[in-house]
Amino acid sequence: MSKFKTKKGKGSAAINTSSLPDIIFMLLFFFMVTTVMREVTVMVKQNMPSASEVQKLERKSLVSFIYIGEPKDSQLGTNARIQLNDVFANVEDVPLFVAREKEARDEADRKLLTTSLKVNGETKMGVVTDVKQELRKANALKINYSTKKVKAEDLRKR
Amino acid sequence: MAKRSAPEINAGSMADIAFLLLIFFLVTTTMDIDTGITRRLPPPIDNPDENIDVKDRNVLKILVNSHDMLLVDGKPGNIATLKDKAKDFMAIHPNDPEYPEIKEEEVEELGGKIVKLSKGVISLKNDRGTSYDMYIQVQNELARAFNEMKDDASLTHYGVKYTQLVDEEKMKVINKLVPVRVSEAEPEDIGGGN
Repeated sequence: MSKFKTKKGKGSAAINTSSLPDIIFMLLFFFMVTTVMREVTVMVKQNMPSASEVQKLERKSLVSFIYIGEPKDSQLGTNARIQLNDVFANVEDVPLFVAREKEARDEADRKLLTTSLKVNGETKMGVVTDVKQELRKANALKINYSTKKVKAEDLRKR
Repeated sequence: MAKRSAPEINAGSMADIAFLLLIFFLVTTTMDIDTGITRRLPPPIDNPDENIDVKDRNVLKILVNSHDMLLVDGKPGNIATLKDKAKDFMAIHPNDPEYPEIKEEEVEELGGKIVKLSKGVISLKNDRGTSYDMYIQVQNELARAFNEMKDDASLTHYGVKYTQLVDEEKMKVINKLVPVRVSEAEPEDIGGGN
């Protein structure tokens, strides 16, 4: 019955790794699809206030960000500054920024454009109010106050 | 004659190349989801002198001064009690002149049921010197009040909480029954030092 005798290998058999690239590629594609590249370097302090009633910011491609806070570089003083894209800006620059952001989007999506205000918690409301007024004038009415999410019970314990 | 096979390409290093790319994307990926309080700004007014008259009893005025102190309806307020105060104000109190007026509305989606709705509006006003943190806390408390009222309305009409509603039509009905009426006054300095 030697016909059915199987050859017995000595030691452990080598594991077939030919499907390893496929598995790695699968992971690679997953990360490639989910990756959102960081576009701007934030130059202002960003210590967000906490809130419990938050909503997720959906469709990130339809969100433009305005950063407000004290500059990280202490040489620039401690007054709250507005950062649009990669530069410090004044309140008067906000309408132009909004117009450019709108221009960059598809015609049909322009109405859905949300402006996310990323404001440092210690900032005074004055500058925020000014920005909000400019946004109103520029007709960018959907805004989102960026906050950290905490449970309502934990909110008072600070 | 033996068939000549095409020379085989060594694919052993393919995994390495894929690994390299994978690690690059792993490092650059930011998985954080942005969260925040979504609000709609009022459209710009053409004529600033033209004011919409709202009866005094229909408005709950909330003022925040530059020392982050609250004034709720003319009395010093506390952030811890603000949610309940807002809820109480927006609740239905029949024939009480202290509370907002009530209008009755027929809701088709609920089979023509007549529902009592409050005409109350919450007006929020802050000083230029108010800290953003305090402002967010106030906004959050007001959002909490409205979310709880939505939950209550959803429980009475559909038996489940608002957050557990799946049907978008039902969500719309609840949003109609409990509209988020937080109005932000035109900014002005209300004082209290800078």
